[in-house]
Amino acid sequence: MSLTDLTLADARELLARREISARELSEAHLEAIEKLNPRLNAFITVTPELALAQAEAADRAYAAGEAGPLAGLPLAIKDLFCTEGVRTTAASLMLENFVPPYESTVTARLRAAGAVFVGKTNLDEFAMGSSNMTSAFGAVANPWTRAGDAAALVPGGSSGGSAAAVAARLALGATGTDTGGSIRQPASFCGIAGMKPTYGRCSRFGIIAFASSLDQAGPMARNVEDCAILLTAMAGFDPKDSTSADRPVPDFHAACTRGVTGLRIGVPKEYAAPGMPDEIAALWQAGRDWLRAAGAELVEISLPHSEYALATYYIVAPAECSSNLARYDGVRFGRREDGADLIEMYERTRAAGFGAEVKRRILIGTYVLSAGYYDAYYLRAQKVRSLILGDFTAAFARCDAILTPTAPSAAFAQGEKMDDPVKMYLNDIYTVPASLAGLPAMSVPVGLNQEGLPLGLQVIGRPFDEETVFAVADKIEKAAGFSARPALRAGG
Amino acid sequence: MTYTIEGKTGPWELVIGLEVHAQVISEAKLFSGAATSFGAAPNHQVSFVDAAFPGMLPVINRECVAQAVRTGLGLDAEIHLESRFDRKNYFYADLPAGYQISQYQHPIVGRGVIEIERADGSIRAIGITRLHLEQDAGKSLHDQHPSKTYIDLNRAGVALMEIVSEPDLRSPEEAGAYLRKLRTILRYLGTCDGNMDEGSMRADVNVSVRKAGEPFRTRCEVKNVNSVRFVMQAIEAEARRQIAVWEEGGVVSQETRLFEPARGITRSMRSKEDAHDYRYFPDPDLLPLILDPAWVEALRAGLPELPDAKKRRFMAEYGLPAYDAGVLVAEQASAEYYEAVARGRDGKFAANWVIGDLFAALNRTGRAIETSPVSPAALGALLDLMTDGTINGRIAKDVFEEMVASGDPPGEIVARKNLRQVTDTGAIEQAVAGVLAANADKVADYKAGKDKLFGFFVGQVMKAMAGKGNPALVNDVLRRHLA
Repeated sequence: MSLTDLTLADARELLARREISARELSEAHLEAIEKLNPRLNAFITVTPELALAQAEAADRAYAAGEAGPLAGLPLAIKDLFCTEGVRTTAASLMLENFVPPYESTVTARLRAAGAVFVGKTNLDEFAMGSSNMTSAFGAVANPWTRAGDAAALVPGGSSGGSAAAVAARLALGATGTDTGGSIRQPASFCGIAGMKPTYGRCSRFGIIAFASSLDQAGPMARNVEDCAILLTAMAGFDPKDSTSADRPVPDFHAACTRGVTGLRIGVPKEYAAPGMPDEIAALWQAGRDWLRAAGAELVEISLPHSEYALATYYIVAPAECSSNLARYDGVRFGRREDGADLIEMYERTRAAGFGAEVKRRILIGTYVLSAGYYDAYYLRAQKVRSLILGDFTAAFARCDAILTPTAPSAAFAQGEKMDDPVKMYLNDIYTVPASLAGLPAMSVPVGLNQEGLPLGLQVIGRPFDEETVFAVADKIEKAAGFSARPALRAGG
Repeated sequence: MTYTIEGKTGPWELVIGLEVHAQVISEAKLFSGAATSFGAAPNHQVSFVDAAFPGMLPVINRECVAQAVRTGLGLDAEIHLESRFDRKNYFYADLPAGYQISQYQHPIVGRGVIEIERADGSIRAIGITRLHLEQDAGKSLHDQHPSKTYIDLNRAGVALMEIVSEPDLRSPEEAGAYLRKLRTILRYLGTCDGNMDEGSMRADVNVSVRKAGEPFRTRCEVKNVNSVRFVMQAIEAEARRQIAVWEEGGVVSQETRLFEPARGITRSMRSKEDAHDYRYFPDPDLLPLILDPAWVEALRAGLPELPDAKKRRFMAEYGLPAYDAGVLVAEQASAEYYEAVARGRDGKFAANWVIGDLFAALNRTGRAIETSPVSPAALGALLDLMTDGTINGRIAKDVFEEMVASGDPPGEIVARKNLRQVTDTGAIEQAVAGVLAANADKVADYKAGKDKLFGFFVGQVMKAMAGKGNPALVNDVLRRHLA
């Protein structure tokens, strides 16, 4: 039995039965990180001391019969979550040495549940990217490679480090954040499961903001059930986040086994556009067949404004980011480059602290909010956003969940798509609509392409109906029987 | 009568609008739990939210919203049950987030009105355009280091109400009256302390000039004026500057200016071309602010009596002239003091003593009415001693001064100094006889028609009686003797 190959649910069972100790479980993962992280670069900061202290606390809690729901389970934390006393960089030189004196609500909940934090994972700088190529701490390698080709592939982004860490068995699960697909697309690229919950389900307090109206934390793990266990601990109302939802958190774990009998699964006709690779279209069809066989009813739905979703997203998200990132000015924390006067200090600090993609988005965002352009861009984008939400509301009158591919391709090679930002942005074409509508959506691994790379399907649910999403995703997962593992993994 | 300034080309009218920033009285800041008290050591009242640390989020402070609603109700304004917060983006060292959270398109309070009283006693209604909530910025200290600027974030995030008037004001005096009236209302409501010297109330002044009958000409905004007097001076100075520009054939261009009190002029701060593009957009960290109508009604029910209503009541209930009532209600403490004295007594009599003797004594001793050396009860007792004839009005003045000096109750002073009024006609007869005997020549003049001498005789008799004679009785006896 390999400790790093366990599911989170199984590890929890073994810990509870005290067949393994939290300490040995953590040590196994820390050893795997030590061995593989130099090749994967999935972690920006590894926290072995913190992890072992938490593991020992978990062992004591198990001994005392007071173990929390995640006691002793090694998790990786995206380096966008502020962790008290642990460097938090957002993968930016701007925060290269920033040590927050506070803890994000989500990680505080995980800590309270007894989880063990093995480290902070790499990401696209300030979560802006779909490849993890924009990190100031270097690219992350996808643990998967093409059959017969050793070229390093991207893990997707922005939660690429978390996805790679989970896929490579360096952690049992991880936190991610998803603004336009940053949990789902890397999950799909790395052959794991990832859930972006409803906007408001998890507190944003202490998560470094990219686009406030879209950012949402969620779990990443090797299967649907593990995601459900993690989300149950992460979610919940937080008075420190005005946009967090004051509603009870259901038992997501229990929802996984509900089945899909009688559920109506919507298939958006607009998504079956020419250009979708055959193998993705085939897996999408397989997903429909599995669900029908499991007792669900398939219905065709229409999401006519989805074709504008990407354009809308690339106005709304940069607009918010241009304002959210204004605080990185060198005055109070983070990087400072001295200048002859205030303006020069700003210019030099921000020139040195931000990478090219972040600067691009700040410029786009500043432009679309400017006098004379606001109505044509930002205001119009907000109107289209309402129409997109309206599409989903109408669709959910006819169905209970929606099935789509997660991403338009499998993982691509590091350095590909770097010449044209729009090509890169197209990665999010299937994930962005649910982000704009604030809906829960999950990627579940279903198969490999001809090159041996994983592909995922996406299940989208009604607002705050993560339970149905988990039930549908679980059914797909079971039917797909996805059991492939990446070449680069602990014990591999 | 329209106020005008005489230029070379004839009279010019003034058009003035005020934007007042009033710091909300609250324990905590608008979007964080940090404290707000004035005078704390630099950077000792700053939360991570105020300093805009990564991942920090604003959460609206309910009490600040209540204060804005109370103020709106006090200005007889529309309360918007739904309002929104926007971000106003600009870079400055004392603006930690790089944006100020404000209300741009959907303020919490809409149109209202303030009535001001002009010098001739006439009333003018000045329109309020809107009131919105916003955060204050921190403070930049440029004088602490030869080349660096220090930043104090204690004030960063403190709640401000921006109260915008219509361009309804037509003279520096009206602007002054508007500011004083607004300050009175805010103080009554307890929503802002109105201390302009501590910066808790600041005004931006919009000024333009025009010839009679013209539409508005271009205005300039004079920023951050911090006293009523300076506001009035800034308006005058800016109007004269604009008149000179127009009369020399120039064009006034829209710009932001600063008032220099020492030189009595305004100078350009930035032109319209240099104006910031604030890139306002709805703050995605905050939901629309939705007010429960029942909550607003509860706030309305809890409002204190406001100065206009109190003035009308003082006139009706205590028979005061408008002037007296206006003076008394200008400060809530004066009105309370007055009512404590007037209740159950002659209202006008009480007003004369409060406005006259008491205010003079407070001025002289530099005390506030809240710490008056003479309590309302003591002044009331003094009034009672006059009313029941124990002392006369002249003696009362002396007793009052003794009360100011010693803090003793009037009855005690009267007893100790033996100041009771003499009503014994025998004693008065005796004094009158003595005075008339000693002034036989004047008696003759009086009888020959010099009526004015009567006052002289009264004075002499009172002097002989050490001021204690009952004035009415002294008059009666004198008349009888001189008849």
